Amino acid sequence: MPEFTLRINGSERKVDVSPDTPLLWVLRDTLQLTGTKFGCGAGLCGACTVHVDGAARRSCSTPVSQVVGKNIITIEGLSANGLHPVQQAWIVEDVPQCGYCQVGQIMQAAALLTKTPQPSDDQITEAMSGNICRCGTYDRIRRAIHRAAGGVR
Amino acid sequence: MSPLSRREFIAAGAAAGAGLVIGFYLPHKGPGREETFAPNAYLKIAADGRITVMLTRSEMGQGVSTSLPMILAEELEADWKQISIEQAGASTLYGDQSTGGSASVKSMWDPLRKAGASAREMLISAAAMEWGVPRSMCKAENSTVVYSSSNRRATYGQLAVTAATLPVPVDPPLKKDAKGYKIVGQRVPRLDTLSKVAGTAGFGIDFRLPSMKHAVLARCPVIGGKIAKFDDNESKKISGVSYVGKISDSAIAVVAESVWGAMEGRRALNVTWDEGPNRDLNSAAIYAGLKKSASDKAVTLYTTGDISKAFGRRVDGEYQLPFMAHAPMEPGNSVAHFRGSECEIWSPTQVPQDVRDSVAAAIGLDPDNVKVNITYIGGGFGRRLEHDYAVEAALVSKAINAPVQVLWTREDDMRNSTYRPASYHRLSAMLDGRGWPISFSHRIVMPSINIQKGFPADNGTDAEVKDEASFTYAFPNAVIDYVMTETPVPLGWMRSVNALQAGFASESFLDELAQVGGKDPLELRLHLLEKDENINGWQSARIRGVLQLAAEKAGWGKPLAPGHYQGIATFGSFNSYMAEVVEISMENDQPRIHRVVGAIDCGQVVNPNILEQQIHGAIIFALTNALHAQITIDKGRVVQGNFDDYPPIRMNEAPLVEAYFVESTEAPTGAGEPPVPPLAPALCNAIYAAMKKRIRALPILS
Ligand code: FES
Ligand code: FES
Repeated sequence: MPEFTLRINGSERKVDVSPDTPLLWVLRDTLQLTGTKFGCGAGLCGACTVHVDGAARRSCSTPVSQVVGKNIITIEGLSANGLHPVQQAWIVEDVPQCGYCQVGQIMQAAALLTKTPQPSDDQITEAMSGNICRCGTYDRIRRAIHRAAGGVR
Repeated sequence: MSPLSRREFIAAGAAAGAGLVIGFYLPHKGPGREETFAPNAYLKIAADGRITVMLTRSEMGQGVSTSLPMILAEELEADWKQISIEQAGASTLYGDQSTGGSASVKSMWDPLRKAGASAREMLISAAAMEWGVPRSMCKAENSTVVYSSSNRRATYGQLAVTAATLPVPVDPPLKKDAKGYKIVGQRVPRLDTLSKVAGTAGFGIDFRLPSMKHAVLARCPVIGGKIAKFDDNESKKISGVSYVGKISDSAIAVVAESVWGAMEGRRALNVTWDEGPNRDLNSAAIYAGLKKSASDKAVTLYTTGDISKAFGRRVDGEYQLPFMAHAPMEPGNSVAHFRGSECEIWSPTQVPQDVRDSVAAAIGLDPDNVKVNITYIGGGFGRRLEHDYAVEAALVSKAINAPVQVLWTREDDMRNSTYRPASYHRLSAMLDGRGWPISFSHRIVMPSINIQKGFPADNGTDAEVKDEASFTYAFPNAVIDYVMTETPVPLGWMRSVNALQAGFASESFLDELAQVGGKDPLELRLHLLEKDENINGWQSARIRGVLQLAAEKAGWGKPLAPGHYQGIATFGSFNSYMAEVVEISMENDQPRIHRVVGAIDCGQVVNPNILEQQIHGAIIFALTNALHAQITIDKGRVVQGNFDDYPPIRMNEAPLVEAYFVESTEAPTGAGEPPVPPLAPALCNAIYAAMKKRIRALPILS
């Protein structure tokens, strides 16, 4: 099998997998980075969201061969020290219920705030509607994003 | 107080090391003998002051890992910051550990208060004994015992060893007045938030063992079908695939080094299915069958007066609901490690003891030799009341003699679930000359979950249908009855269970009665509840309470924004009372839901932070049920496969949800499910207000 060198959370990792393997399974099974979740495997739910060169990307639908040489960030590397402001806001608002979707939500929200530091309600809705939360935490997600953006509603 | 035998208690203290163990003792029993002190919760206080509360229910998002220890900590007079929890696996010490029926807080309220109170009493006694002072002048506060004369104090940690030598009070005094509560009733942040935000929370899917393999299963796509033959040549060529084999009449396991390898192996598998007796089953025939069965013999669930003697203006209505799937975000999975004479399971399960017993039966072990560990659950909604994932994992682990994780894909979950039963409802009422209902009948036609699963009938029917589906008002004459049908479609308990179907039909029909009788829908309901009475187990005053609270907060009857309409509904389930007002506008003939106001009366609120989450979450869940959720059957197969054709509500469809609680000091009752049933009828009633069009079948957008 081909060997790929990936840049994940700032370090180089060599993986021996077939080129069409989705990044999700390389993270979870090859590298034991289980913070990134599997929800649908089809780009429909956002549970598997990571950052590739700063943008939110569905790792379940991203073949590993496409991300060689790119900068991949997972929840494990979202913040170099302590918690990212989005994670802190999530804690203050006590967002998670079951928590399964929340890593994907946080990665999506962090990418949104990098691009749009002060998002409007409509911009939040647009950015976050690809991420399903079956526990229905949408209201607190919205508040936490506003909080992380510096404006507590 | 009648102390337990001192000998037994000291045995417990010694077993726990230097500390105090409350709530169970280690009995000197022979194998298989029942415990005498269960069910109970369990508490350890270490000499360093750490307090560990055993969690005997599963955390699936509903917050029990925070709300349950709060109940114990309140009576213990503990410092909340010192509390941590430990998840109990399947045990024989705690009675039934199933998590369901919105019953965790309700069922653990007394045992946990007693466990906390008896520990508190023992710590006070220990301090009085050590100091040689009157016990009555010592009191507990904030994990410390204080002697009031000298202000001498000792922490619980310091007292733990002495306390462990004292007899356990069986009937300790409990706090009488909720006003004195320091922890219960507070907006305490959840203990599980940090790990869920950091990505370190261990769900079932995240569990790993050294040299663990990954498996997916090919299951017959036709309900009740079997494997005829299969060819695994291509599968075995996939790199990493180490095993392909039949593990039951209808499933073949593909085992590999990674999930992806197993999925690729399954794609390459060539199976010929024997489609069996349901190959022609389809939804249209199922609905027609339900409707036809409406004239079959019914079992009465509730009756009052005599509907045959009520004459007036007759109103009839019929309603229909589809099969629905739980679709929790974490797909099904379990890890099993079969080790010859024993087996260990790690599973996101709501029923650890059932899993233990089912696994034992499936792989031919004694239940004592099956250990079940509970992981965090990525959404339950009733789906984890089934044991299928764990049984599969055990069978595969036995077949390959190695630890393995079985994982379901989303399509596996959607197509091999246990579904909320489809149902048909026929309702009829008579109105008097002034437009008030004088009779009401509701016939529920639906297959029974419990009977299909092999539980015995209760007086010829499913008692759970009676419990959940016969909420009613004070009609002078009424009958609610049930025709129990059969279906080959696998059935399961899904959030609010039978209350959803019954609530949709009867609360929609009540709106019809208001419309025909020329009454305001709230006025009609309050009229039927005007006397203080117990109606079929429900207190009319508490129903009025939630209706009035929701109506007031929503501004019912007040002018709305142009083009906005409201609908109202109430339903009682799981011993709690819930009312909702939904506010919509119509855009291109489709409802846009702006705001949902929910009011609950679930007795004493343990944690408003978590109760608010439950109400928000249940309303969003119910909105998916109302607008989109539909499992259809074609050629014996479930049609839907993923979140594109079974679309949960996303943020762009989510309304503003407001949650209000009735202040109450009644013992706590259910919270996770009761907000589900009123949503669909309140929404459909709003659609009627807007369009003069009655929605008679869910989902609304099909
Ligand atoms: S798992 Fe990738 S979008 Fe759902
Ligand atoms: S918190 Fe459970 S799916 Fe979002």
